Amino acid sequence: MKALYAKPKSLTDNIMIYCPGCGHGIIHRLIAELIDELKLREKTIGVAPVGCAVLAYDYWNFDVTEAAHGRAPAVATGLKRVLPDRFVFTYQGDGDLAAIGTAEIIHAAARGEKISVIFVNNGVYGMTKGQMAPTTIPGFKTTTSVEGRNPQVHGYPIRICELLATLDGVSFLERVAVDSIPGIIKTKSALRKAFNCQLEERGFSLVEVLASCPTNWKMTPEQAMKWIGQEMVKYFPLGVYKENSASLGK
Amino acid sequence: MNSVLLSGCEAAAEAAIAAGCRFYAGYPITPQNRFPEYMSVRLPQVGGVFIQAESELAAINMVFGAAAAGARALTSSSSPGISLKQEGISYLAGCELPAVIINMNRGGPGLGDVTPSQSDYFQSTRGGGHGDYRTIVLAPWSVQELYDFTYLAFDLADRYRNPVLILSDGMVAQIMEPVRLKNGVKKLPVKKWALTGCRGRKPNSIKSLFLTPGVLETHNWKLARKYELMEKREGRWETYVCEKMELVIVSFGICARIVKEAMEQARKEDIRVGLFRPLTLWPFPYKQLRSYLDKVEKVLVVELNLGQMLDDVRIAAGDKRRIFFYGRPGGGVPTPEEILREIKKK
Repeated sequence: MKALYAKPKSLTDNIMIYCPGCGHGIIHRLIAELIDELKLREKTIGVAPVGCAVLAYDYWNFDVTEAAHGRAPAVATGLKRVLPDRFVFTYQGDGDLAAIGTAEIIHAAARGEKISVIFVNNGVYGMTKGQMAPTTIPGFKTTTSVEGRNPQVHGYPIRICELLATLDGVSFLERVAVDSIPGIIKTKSALRKAFNCQLEERGFSLVEVLASCPTNWKMTPEQAMKWIGQEMVKYFPLGVYKENSASLGK
Repeated sequence: MNSVLLSGCEAAAEAAIAAGCRFYAGYPITPQNRFPEYMSVRLPQVGGVFIQAESELAAINMVFGAAAAGARALTSSSSPGISLKQEGISYLAGCELPAVIINMNRGGPGLGDVTPSQSDYFQSTRGGGHGDYRTIVLAPWSVQELYDFTYLAFDLADRYRNPVLILSDGMVAQIMEPVRLKNGVKKLPVKKWALTGCRGRKPNSIKSLFLTPGVLETHNWKLARKYELMEKREGRWETYVCEKMELVIVSFGICARIVKEAMEQARKEDIRVGLFRPLTLWPFPYKQLRSYLDKVEKVLVVELNLGQMLDDVRIAAGDKRRIFFYGRPGGGVPTPEEILREIKKK
C-alpha cells in the first residue's frame, strides 16, 4: 500500500496545545514538511520565541533552543556564525519580532545574517491573552485598546516586510497568509524560497505569515480565517517584497 | 617563559584565545573599548568570529547562541552595559549554558563616570538578573591575574555549564603590565548537549521554561546542587600574614593592590597588619576568612564602593567583631597614603 500523506518526521508525536483555528499548527507543519523534503532535519537548529510558540521544541523533532523575548535573531546569529553549514531559523510572533525585538531583527537583517525568519503576524499578543500588538490594525479591539486601536493615541502598526525591504543585507522577503488552502500552498512555497536563500548563502530571508488568533480576536475559526483575507491584507498586502537571486558574498 | 607587555583588555582577550574561545560579541563602552577593538583584529586571525552587536542585549544573546552551539564564547562590557546583559545572564544560568562575561567596572549609578569602581559587587555576587541563580565571580588585581582568571573562567564555565563573571575595573582594564602567556590551545571538552543538528542522535533542546507543575522546582534543585558544589570547590583567596597581627584588612581587586602597598608601609612603621584578599567574590571564602579573623581584634574592609563586600565580611565574622569600613564610592581611587592614615586610626 502506498502512503499518500503522513506526518513529517520533523514533527514529534506530542499533541499541540494551540487553540482551535490557530495558525501556528499549520505553520509548524509546513516548516516540518519542508525540512523533511529538503533533507535538512539532521542539520537544523531552530530558535523558538517567547509567545504562544514558546513550546515549539516540544513539537519539532530536531534541535531547538529557546530565546529570550525578541532576542531570537541574536541567538540565531551566534548559532549560525559558529556553525555556518547548519540550517538555522527563528520562529517569532509580532510582539517578539516587531516590538521588544525590533533592534535584533533589523540588525540581523542589515548584517545579512544567513538565517531564515518565520514571522507569524496575528496582530495580537496571543499568549498573554490579547493585548495590542505592534501590528494591530487601526480600529481593532484588544485588551489594551478596548475601544479599538486609535492611531492618535496608540500610534500606527509596523509593516515589517516594507521596513526590511530597504536594507541591503536582505535577500528574500515575502508576506503570505494561512487563511485558505491556496494561501497555505503559497506559504509553503514562500518558506521554500526563504530556506533555499539560506542554503544558497544568499543572505537574510524572512517570510511574514498572516495568521489567525480566533480566541483573542473573539471570532470563530471560520470568521477569523475570513477576516484575514477581508481586512488584514488591506493593511498588510501580500506579495514578494524582495528577491535577490545573486549571493551577497561572504 | 613567554612574557609580553599588554593592557588589561588585551591580556584578557589573549587569555580567551589561548583558552580556545573563538566567539566574541560586544558593544563599545568606556573603559573597555580596547577589548572589542583588539578582538576585531585578533579573532579572525585564529579563525574565530567577532561581532560588533547592535546592543548589549544582542551581544549577550549572540553569546547565548554561540554557547548553545558548543563554542567557547565571551562578551565584555562595563557597568551600564553589564546591567543590560543581566537578562541574558539569567537565561544562560537557567539554560545551563557556559559563557564568560567580563565587567570592567566603572562608577555608577546611572551613567556615573568612567573611572575605576567596585560598585557592581552586589550585582555580580547576588545574581544581577531575575531568578534564583549564581555565577562564579573572579576578581583580579593585576593584568597577569586578569589573564589567568580569564583563562580559568572558560574551564569553570564548561565544568559547571554556567556563566562565569570576571569583575575587574577600569584601571586593570587599561594599565599595561608584563604578562606570562600560556602555551597553545588545549583540547576542548566534548559537549553532547550542544545544538549541532541531530545527526546520529536524538534532538537536543535548550530551555529554561518548565510549565508542568513541579518540573521547574526539580530543575532549580538541580541547579542548587550545582551551586553547592561550586561553593565547596571553587572558593579562592590569598593572604598576607604577619605575627601578632592587630588588624586585618579585607579587600579585593585593584583596591587590595593599593591596600597592600599601604600595608607594606605600615609594617615598616611596625604596625601589625595583614591582608585577606578574596579571589572569588562568589563563592565567597567565608570559612577561610573566619578562621583568619579569629586571629585579630580589628577588621578593616576597604572597597571602591559604599560597603558591599562588607556584608559578606560581616556574615563571615558573625556579629561579635569590630568591623570598620573605608570606601570611595566612584569617581576617585584612594592612594596608599590615604589607606595608611585609615590603618593608623584603628
